Amino acid sequence: MSAEIVPDTTGIEPVPGAAKPDPVLTVTDVRKSFGGVIAVDVERLEVQRGSITAMIGPNGAGKTTLFNVLTGFERANHGTWSFDGRPIHELSAHRVARLGMVRTFQLTRALARMSVLDNMRLAATGQRGERFWSALTRSRWQAQETEVTERARELLDRVDLADKADDYAGTLSGGQRKLLELARALMVDPQLVMLDEPTAGVNPVLVESLLGHITALRDEGRTVVFVEHDMDVVQTISDWVVVLAEGAVIAEGRHGDCIANPAVIDAYLGTRFAERERAASGDGRSGDLT
Amino acid sequence: MDFGQAFVDGLRAAVGIPAIVYALAAIGLNVQFGFTGLLNFGLVAFLLVGAYGTAIGVAELGLPFFAAVLLGVAAAVVLAVVLGIPTLRLRAEYLAIVTIATAEILRIVVRSQTFEGITGGPQGIGGFAGAFYDLNPIPAGRYGIGSLEFTANRLWIILVGWVLVALFTLLVALLARSPWGRVLRAIREDEDAARSLGKSVFAYKLQSLAVGGVIAAFGGIILVVNANFVDPAFWRPIVTFFVWTALILGGPGRVFAPVVGAVLFWFILQAFDSLMRQAIEPGSFAGRYISPTDLGNVRFAVVGLVLLLLVAFRPQGLLGRRQEALVDVG
Repeated sequence: MSAEIVPDTTGIEPVPGAAKPDPVLTVTDVRKSFGGVIAVDVERLEVQRGSITAMIGPNGAGKTTLFNVLTGFERANHGTWSFDGRPIHELSAHRVARLGMVRTFQLTRALARMSVLDNMRLAATGQRGERFWSALTRSRWQAQETEVTERARELLDRVDLADKADDYAGTLSGGQRKLLELARALMVDPQLVMLDEPTAGVNPVLVESLLGHITALRDEGRTVVFVEHDMDVVQTISDWVVVLAEGAVIAEGRHGDCIANPAVIDAYLGTRFAERERAASGDGRSGDLT
Repeated sequence: MDFGQAFVDGLRAAVGIPAIVYALAAIGLNVQFGFTGLLNFGLVAFLLVGAYGTAIGVAELGLPFFAAVLLGVAAAVVLAVVLGIPTLRLRAEYLAIVTIATAEILRIVVRSQTFEGITGGPQGIGGFAGAFYDLNPIPAGRYGIGSLEFTANRLWIILVGWVLVALFTLLVALLARSPWGRVLRAIREDEDAARSLGKSVFAYKLQSLAVGGVIAAFGGIILVVNANFVDPAFWRPIVTFFVWTALILGGPGRVFAPVVGAVLFWFILQAFDSLMRQAIEPGSFAGRYISPTDLGNVRFAVVGLVLLLLVAFRPQGLLGRRQEALVDVG
């Protein structure tokens, strides 16, 4: 693996909605409610290009809903957001993906009755053979298909699934499916990868390798946003942490800033716990959420 | 009991018009359901618009025969678009409901007196396929082996029908192996996953509905050209369910499944019908319990039983891959 290029986040003020020097994703005034329940209400959120941003928050904080809204899988009630300077809040999910902002799912969505290799090949963009009339003449897409297959095998090799290429994706274990989904997302060659709980239900050994792959994405110059519950994971790989509670961004900063933030302790453990912590430590900097 | 007779009766349907019509319809359904997962429970509507498009084109609009066939094909595309646009963005069940309803509406409309001037109403439309039979290169006479015989005109339409079955099977084989077919399979497996990878799920579903619809329309066209008559009583929901039966027999998602399923379906149905007819002759043991008028229902019960056993012991159909049926889709 190449030398780590950790983006410099020291100059950024750790407050909700903090401006970033080079944001790849900018979110403004996004609100999504289900009936009377407000699931997402984000005033301002910027994601720094080339960083790994962790999104944390208690269950029901609206992390997945925010993912769904930003990637076009659910419609927001209102709000605007732009990716790489381009407004995308009116685009459908497949167009968002084609622009280079690709998401994975909390519950993996391996295409079970297709081979692992076909899962990968599917994800390549701009395939001539995906157009109806071109599909009928193999000569029009054969060269591209060979190229796509080659790239698919390289990526499978990278996530140690090369020997599974011809198996049905449905025969993979939970952890292997997560790896497949990550590799498949990379076939799109995305600038921004949005991973919804990439380590959920994955055994510790595979978690280790998954985290290696995620860090490698940043080192290739891609931006990663991921939802995570395991604070060890968050601490290990994230450059920046965004804390959501009840749909809103309540804190932002480096890992250390966030776990010390009374609002965060409050959101996770309740007000009384937060107050006791503050009283006990005097400066409120000893809260450890792990 | 004359098993030879039953075999010939079964074979007549299995190589003849019934198998061709249902094979074409099942090839269309295989594109829609087998590859894309679209639940079309009103497939017969595509046969109907193909048939009426052709008949009306010649009889009412005075088009040349092949232009009228194109009109039937165009009608199938229009039907796919009309069905697809409001439903394909919704969950799968909506397409199922809308297709059933549309097929019934079309059936009732074409046989109603209101549109008699165009559709022939309860009388149907006849005598529009003359130009097709004028092209028949086969000299008049009877052709066949033993008691399995066809007239020259019947042989002509059967030949054309099987050529169409072969061509559309080839077309589906080419599509199934292409990246286009891969996108359809991905949509069948999980359309959100396909969407997250940049595939325009709606556009592909619409294409699948239209391509499958056009192939099925040719089933309707062969049916009415064979009879040189559009029978307004034919287009009942049972036709759709027979096509589903044939496809499931063969194994959805397999290229040759529709042909194998349709041939087998008609062979079993007609051979058994022939056997039963012999068995219930007056004075026989079975004749005391089953009257000739019950026969139609009894043979369907048998087909149902065959299907039940198939689903229990070979859920992937005759041609399907067993591992595929057993894979953990969750």
